[in-house]
Amino acid sequence: MKKVLALVLALCLALSLAACGGSGSSSSTPAASGSGSEPAASTTPTAAGSVYYLNFKPEQDEAWQALAKAYTAETGVPVTVVTAASGEYETTLMAEMGKSEAPTLFQVNGPVGLANWKDYCYDLSGSDIYTQLTSDDYALKEGDTVYGIAYVIESYGIITNKTLLEKAGYTLEDIQSFEDLKKVAEDITSRKDELGFAAFTSAGMDGSSDWRFKTHLANLPVYFEYQEDGISTTDAIKGTYLDNYKAIWDLYINNSTCEPSELSAKTGDDSRNEFLAGEAVFFQNGSWEYGNLTGEGKYTDDDLAMIPIYIGVGDEANQGLCTGTENYWCVNKEASEDDIQATLDFINWCVTSEQGTKAMADDMGFVIPFKTAQESPNLFVKQDAEMTAAGKTPVSWNFTTMPSEEWKNGVGSALTAYAAGTGDWNGVVSAFVDGWASEAALNAA
Amino acid sequence: MEKTLKKYFPLFVLPTLAAFIIGFIVPFAEGIYLSFCKFTTVGNASWVGVSNYVKAFSDATFRSAFWFTLGFTAVSTVLINVLAFAIALLLTRGIKGTNVFRTVFFMPNLIGGIVLGYIWQILINCVLSLVKQPLLQLNTAAGYWGLIILMCWQQVGYMMIIYIAGLQNVPGDLIEAAQIDGANPWQALVRIKLPMVMSSVTICLFLSLTNSFKLFDQNLSLTGGEPNHASEMLALNIYNTFYTRSGPQWKGIGQAKAVIFFVLVVAIALVQLRATRSREVQQ
Repeated sequence: MKKVLALVLALCLALSLAACGGSGSSSSTPAASGSGSEPAASTTPTAAGSVYYLNFKPEQDEAWQALAKAYTAETGVPVTVVTAASGEYETTLMAEMGKSEAPTLFQVNGPVGLANWKDYCYDLSGSDIYTQLTSDDYALKEGDTVYGIAYVIESYGIITNKTLLEKAGYTLEDIQSFEDLKKVAEDITSRKDELGFAAFTSAGMDGSSDWRFKTHLANLPVYFEYQEDGISTTDAIKGTYLDNYKAIWDLYINNSTCEPSELSAKTGDDSRNEFLAGEAVFFQNGSWEYGNLTGEGKYTDDDLAMIPIYIGVGDEANQGLCTGTENYWCVNKEASEDDIQATLDFINWCVTSEQGTKAMADDMGFVIPFKTAQESPNLFVKQDAEMTAAGKTPVSWNFTTMPSEEWKNGVGSALTAYAAGTGDWNGVVSAFVDGWASEAALNAA
Repeated sequence: MEKTLKKYFPLFVLPTLAAFIIGFIVPFAEGIYLSFCKFTTVGNASWVGVSNYVKAFSDATFRSAFWFTLGFTAVSTVLINVLAFAIALLLTRGIKGTNVFRTVFFMPNLIGGIVLGYIWQILINCVLSLVKQPLLQLNTAAGYWGLIILMCWQQVGYMMIIYIAGLQNVPGDLIEAAQIDGANPWQALVRIKLPMVMSSVTICLFLSLTNSFKLFDQNLSLTGGEPNHASEMLALNIYNTFYTRSGPQWKGIGQAKAVIFFVLVVAIALVQLRATRSREVQQ
């Protein structure tokens, strides 16, 4: 008996050790193209350094690994790409930056995210990649110092199921303003039982979905206020257009697939699945959803369109999609000079070379803000380009200036409470305006 | 033999001691040092003195998290131990299927806290939605009682096992002697069994007290601190300060909160140990 027990215990120990080793190597996915694994025999390295890229987007992990391999094969410079698990980027970055082999290339999500990492950012103002940008708007600058360079532009709006819209008796041309949108949505709701579908997918306020409203939708009142005041950031938001924010939020929650009180537990997947199942016409989300909505057994480009989020402010006839970026590349200042040079060469190659731009457009589905960019097959992205070409003004992403994650959470909680009827709209206004001021004050301290 | 043991004692202690120093003492000291610093990564900390502690104490969410934690710990510790002891008494009577029951009661403890949290979130939300109450995300009271139900469900089985072990160690002749002297079952329980299992009570109280006070996974997955930090416990508050705030100053504040938290847990545990130890009897 004792022998058996000892054996079992020994086995447990061995297993737990093995489990540790196993999870250690699988939790992060280091690229195969590590140092010396396959140095290209024919070419000589152009730089002595190496590149370590901590990637933010798990969807593009495979494509980055492949691109890194291709670069190593071409130049002999080892490139390691590690992708942080979804939602774990900050923690992973913090841990990795503390190591001696720290990432040479990482990303921040705008001015607020930069606050954490400013001391680590190499000034990119003299770099080749900076000269390749199509617009200075895509550089994360303070004064003359360039801390980060945007590498992907994305758009969001209201993704519309054109087929269902036609079934309800409308076309895209019928929706040119908030009033139109409201009329169509409320008409669909009044005939919900007869049509068999609702106007909007559930505006879920679970953590997997609430960013669509507390961040992306909240961008619109912020944007229009900035426009009116002619500013690009502020320490004290006035909330000029909060009534319009209320109007669109009311529209979302009252014309949805479920009761407003159920929204607090609805997830992002719920919302997407409702859209895929044809239970609703409108789905507020971004160009990154394209891959999830199209393909085998799903929609084709003919079924889908993205329309601007109208909230009844400004020149709605000329309002475009919300287009911008929250993905900025930063180069680690603390890395050795060789590594910095190797990293600069690598990112420049990614956005200028035939192979690099092709991989970013086709494999990753990115629209990149660089002169030599190639066209992406993404329908929503193409629509954004068409709208801009037709003279519509894209709504910029001002949510990167929102004072903190805490502010967004406060607004999100208040929105949820308002939807469920446990809170009133004053709660949202107070979280929006007062919360902004108090968070901005904390940031300044 | 004694002499050889003494001679080689340092050699045998060395591996464990080294592991303890590397794995505990050093990070602990560094953690205390960092609580006085402003830092982004642990490598580049700059000293700022006690300002982190001042900010930690003046943080309203930290104070409310403290009271929420205290309220939760008090109720859950009592409930868990009373329930566990009652079930242990039932399952030491030799009724049919005792082993099956013990296994069943113990099982929830084998599931991880995060998983349990999400399962109970679905269950509780279903019930709340049926009775037309606001869901967990908006309902502090439901969050509080949900956490207590969840913790009881998970911990009662574990504490039950410890109590069963204790009860089985109560000598049969003592009980028999008491019965002959005319003690009724209640007197036998309070005067004989309870004093005899006091060492189990010490352990169970210690475990449930510190577990409840340090609760993190279940809190994160069941309520996530919603609505607006109202159901946030200390550990989650520290985590949120450290990770979801941006800007180097928050890391130090989070670290300071963690040190305060540590002192609190140690103090509470020591007081409890002293209080229950004194009631233990020698067999």
